[in-house]
Amino acid sequence: MSGQQADQRVVFEDVSKFYGEVLGVNRVNLSIPPGITSLVGPNGSGKTTLMNLMTGLVRPTRGRVTVLGIPPDNPEQLFHKVGYCTQFDSFPKGLTGYQFVYSYLRLSGHPHLVADRLAGQAIERVNLVEAANRQIAGYSKGMRQRIKLAQAMCHKPSALVLDEPLNGLDPLIRAETIALFRSLAQEGRHVIISSHVLHEVDAISDQVVLLSNGYVVAEGQIHGVREEIHEHPMQILVRCNKPGDFASRVFQEDYLVEARILPDGQGVLVKTRDADRFYLLLNRIAQSGINIESVAPADDDVLSVYEYLIGTEESTK
Amino acid sequence: MSLRRLPWALWRAQILSILRLEVKKTFFTRRGFWIYFLAFGPVLLYAFHSFVQLKAGRQGDLGDDTHIFASVFQFFFLRLAIFFGCMGIFINLFRGEVVEKSLHYYFLAPLRREVLVIGKFLSGLLAAAIIFGSSTVLQFIALYCYFGSNTLQEFLFHGHGLEHLAAYLGVTLLACVGYGSVFLAAGLLFRNPLIPTLLVLVWEAVNGFLPALMQKASVIFYLKSLCPVNISESITTERGSLLALIAVNPTPASPAAAILGLLILCAVVLALSTLQVRRMQIDYGTD
Repeated sequence: MSGQQADQRVVFEDVSKFYGEVLGVNRVNLSIPPGITSLVGPNGSGKTTLMNLMTGLVRPTRGRVTVLGIPPDNPEQLFHKVGYCTQFDSFPKGLTGYQFVYSYLRLSGHPHLVADRLAGQAIERVNLVEAANRQIAGYSKGMRQRIKLAQAMCHKPSALVLDEPLNGLDPLIRAETIALFRSLAQEGRHVIISSHVLHEVDAISDQVVLLSNGYVVAEGQIHGVREEIHEHPMQILVRCNKPGDFASRVFQEDYLVEARILPDGQGVLVKTRDADRFYLLLNRIAQSGINIESVAPADDDVLSVYEYLIGTEESTK
Repeated sequence: MSLRRLPWALWRAQILSILRLEVKKTFFTRRGFWIYFLAFGPVLLYAFHSFVQLKAGRQGDLGDDTHIFASVFQFFFLRLAIFFGCMGIFINLFRGEVVEKSLHYYFLAPLRREVLVIGKFLSGLLAAAIIFGSSTVLQFIALYCYFGSNTLQEFLFHGHGLEHLAAYLGVTLLACVGYGSVFLAAGLLFRNPLIPTLLVLVWEAVNGFLPALMQKASVIFYLKSLCPVNISESITTERGSLLALIAVNPTPASPAAAILGLLILCAVVLALSTLQVRRMQIDYGTD
């Protein structure tokens, strides 16, 4: 990778982290581009460790990390470009929400007027204006989560690292926060999120990193990751007017594993080892008089990929 | 990089920000109430003494009271009040934040860790200097307030009164600097504050018995050298007690050497602390 490319990415090169004898992450090689990247995995899989490594809160036992070309042990440069919303639900004592964000900006060296303006903007962006002058000690879980978000993005960083940022948010605020992440990603920033709520990850991520027991199991765009899982045939849902005819037609193909008529009798769930050839076959079937209303992959999502690679039991955690 | 090109203005601004955040925490904690009690205990004692003297209409003896002040200052105020007060203030500057899981707030700011150590040290020093400095002044007033105004004027302006007060204030400040740096470092190295406190307490207590070179690695050696009234001689000749052994300072440093020595000791301890903070990782789970 060229130096210029590395300056635009979050890069892990053969990174391992051990806490004494306990494995945090092992032999991680990643190159994360701008956009929304989700770190997905069960508790203890190494998501937070990866985030702490990116931000210098912990140091790798082996290997090298750079964030937009900056090593994390150089905080005075790193945190002008990076904001981190940690999972720690603790705050310096006696601060209001506004003071929490404002003080961070003053610590960063911003003069009063700039810090005041940026703090105001960040607090407005997370919809916490009315509670800004109240003590954080009196905030609800969701409000504390939002003020941490405001602090992480108040200095307009190029990379936002967010550890379980949707925890404790009510559905409305959740939707607003997801929209905020999308807008930040559209501005060309890195938004790196850890989550174990798979359907949310699926909805917002440009790419995912799947972790299990400290190892990266898969990474990339979810569609690409799914295609790499050859041991599980692709599932495709076809809505059509003659599901019986459709099933008997597709059964003639050797790459077809299973075709099951849906309980409502309005379509067929197909399992195939070769999705590309199946899609070509669909064209021919459509010309033979069967009216195909819709075709959609049924397991081309994070939940399915997660189940295939990590297991059903863990995915429920 | 030359010293001139370093970002001094940025560091100054960052240190001021740390001070704003820390001073409030250091001054107004319910858990720190005992520090005020230690600091202002002698003031109450002296005030009671003066009240009794006034009530009885007795004339005091300036010489006796000067020795009483010197003894209480060396045996209680320096060795116990400031010592434990600084422990309470400085050991928590980092350890307290680890316990409360809030240290990452600083570690996630674009802030050199050396600047953080200095900022935290200065915030502790400001609090300690104000608490113990004001106590020193109030002790002085409380002890001598029952003397007549003529006697007092004579003592303050023509005797050694003001000179002594200035010296005691200086020693108080230097004690906060010395013990502050030691306990800041202790808070970084030890999880249990009792262990370093006992170690330092014993080290400081046996200072008088140590070889001359080792004495220089203690705070009390320099402080004893700077105290304006030498109490060891009178105690030694009068009683020959354990107190006399503790108070003895066979090879006192000159004032300039004592101030310089203490500041160098503080600088070395702070430098070691910054190395430790640079290596520090946030792993609240194990603390």
